[in-house]
Amino acid sequence: MQVIVNSETGFPLIELAEGEHAVLERLDLPEEFARRLMELGFLPGHVITAARSAPGGDPRVFRVDGSEIALRRDTAARLRVRPPAAV
Amino acid sequence: MSGAPRTVAIVGPPNSGKTTLFNRLTGLRQKVANFPGVTVEQHLGTAQLSPDREVDLIDLPGVYSLRARSEDEQVTRNVLAGTMAGVPRPDAVLLVLDSTNLGRHLVLAAPILSLGLPTLVILNLADDLRARGGDVDTAALARQLGAPVALISAAKGEGVETVIQFLLSRVSAPAPLELPVLQDVPRCRQWATRVGRHAGYQPPAPPLWTRRLDRVFLHPVWGPLIFAVVVVAVFQTIFSGARPLMEGVETLITASGGWLGARMPAGVWKSLVIDGVWNGVGSVLVFLPQILLLFLFIGILEDSGYLARAALIADRTMARVGLQGKSFIPLLSAYACAVPAILATRTIENRRDRIATILIAPFMTCSARLPVYTLIIAAFLPERPVAGPFLGSRAAALLGLYVLGFLAAFGTARVLKSSVLKSGPSAFVLEMPSYRWPTWRGLGLRLLDRAKVFLRRAGTVILGVAVVVWALAHLPLHDGRAPRIEHSLVGVMGRAVEPLIRPLGFNWKIGVGLVSSLAAREVIVGTLGTIYGIEGEAESAGLQAALRHDLTPAGAVALLVFFAFAMQCTSTIAVVRRETGGWKWPAVQFGYMGALAWVGAFTANQVLSRVF
Repeated sequence: MQVIVNSETGFPLIELAEGEHAVLERLDLPEEFARRLMELGFLPGHVITAARSAPGGDPRVFRVDGSEIALRRDTAARLRVRPPAAV
Repeated sequence: MSGAPRTVAIVGPPNSGKTTLFNRLTGLRQKVANFPGVTVEQHLGTAQLSPDREVDLIDLPGVYSLRARSEDEQVTRNVLAGTMAGVPRPDAVLLVLDSTNLGRHLVLAAPILSLGLPTLVILNLADDLRARGGDVDTAALARQLGAPVALISAAKGEGVETVIQFLLSRVSAPAPLELPVLQDVPRCRQWATRVGRHAGYQPPAPPLWTRRLDRVFLHPVWGPLIFAVVVVAVFQTIFSGARPLMEGVETLITASGGWLGARMPAGVWKSLVIDGVWNGVGSVLVFLPQILLLFLFIGILEDSGYLARAALIADRTMARVGLQGKSFIPLLSAYACAVPAILATRTIENRRDRIATILIAPFMTCSARLPVYTLIIAAFLPERPVAGPFLGSRAAALLGLYVLGFLAAFGTARVLKSSVLKSGPSAFVLEMPSYRWPTWRGLGLRLLDRAKVFLRRAGTVILGVAVVVWALAHLPLHDGRAPRIEHSLVGVMGRAVEPLIRPLGFNWKIGVGLVSSLAAREVIVGTLGTIYGIEGEAESAGLQAALRHDLTPAGAVALLVFFAFAMQCTSTIAVVRRETGGWKWPAVQFGYMGALAWVGAFTANQVLSRVF
């Protein structure tokens, strides 16, 4: 199976509104950091749901792989996701 | 000799309930190696399995993998490999996983099973799993992993007998059907999903209560408000709520001192026991209830899961000074004690963020400052309501000192992070655990641990200093009689430092207290108790009166400011040296904090003595 994603369907995770979900495509982060996020469930192909955020709007909490993880906005901006319909 | 294990390590990801199981198995028979800490230090304990069989348990820090990137992972890896100095290699492993999040937690099973040590895979939080409609076939999972599997609830004690049976049995190395390539995270995760599917794993429904609570605790308006209320409530309770308990302890010490004094012949020994030991150590022991109450609150916040929310709320503020939400947990622990706080910084991967957190942690108002603050506030500030029945003037003053320490910490962080310790945008990642009820057992064991540490200090450092101060106050002898206190060695020492502290509004007696408090902050209370005890103005109420006689209100504020800033704690200096790997950082820290304390106290005294 090959999924071809054009740049229009992909968008940064930070743009996901609360309560919506998307599929993770890739992590544009240094390898060490990306690995850590992968250990926490941020793996390409996994569904991520945007949950609540901290009162100031930063960091934001995401539901992934059965748990809730808080990420700063600048980190979430570097995770590329696509809408679940594009699977 | 049987093949049953003697030393067993407990391993698992954070929030899997490892420590709950460890507490359940060992009960009161546990100790923290070297220093007290959160789960960062090694907790050792003994479990009585049957009347004639016991096993040593090591509770290791929570880790997601064994890649040895953070120091937690390094410790775990070294202990399991048997290369940790002073720790015997475990002959078996209890791998504790959260059964409500098995897909992700099973990933850790791969590196653990590949070590070849006999392993019991423990699926914890079984009650939660069932309550939320999840299920797992433990027999099928055991076949997949080639290791026994137990489904338990460590908090409720369900299924713990299976763990004991495993520890009593002749154990053997695991034989998993297949293992993934450990370096490849996606493959490891796929392996875990496959294993879970073969074991009929049904993930539970989402934790509704956690989501409902988060709607309130992370609400844009209610969230920060509740955060503030929690902080104020903690301070109000440790100040007013602890009062009857403290008075009880005080009565007990005074009564026992009086009882003992009446039964001893007058002379040098009576003076040593009553003035030196009883007044010196007793004036510090009074603060035990207050310190335990503070630790009780931190325990409730941590065990309930609220602390992670607090870190989330705090992250933006921390980011403003260049730190991150992860620094919040060490800094909050530093309100209890800087030593476990500095150990807890090991979870911060970025070295510069970590050093910055270590350097500012001792500014946070630790419990050793409480005796000093309480004594001076009680001596100089009458109690009256400030904000209705919720906040009294003394609690408000105490809160003000906490804020002062907090500002010093954050100002320092800002300076450090924009100069010598500047780093790129730091990676903040924090898992939000589900809310849970703290258990009485867990809280009780935590308090007992703290009480032991405090009493050990009272029995060693503080007792030692009290005796030394007493002796110095009685020497040199003139015609076989002790000199007047201002001519004693203590008086000479006090007078030697007096020119340095006179501008701060302190006399030589406070000077002696400051010199002795270099060992530990709360020692000053004992020292003053000893000095004034010798002058014949014993007891704590007398101590307050004596202080009012010796200090102006401006000098009292200056003394509070001095204690808010100065790094008077040998344990902290030692742990900073160990954790930063040299004398450079502790020396910088000691000098900087000392200079700030002097300047702060000088300013306070000079300004306020013109106002009053």
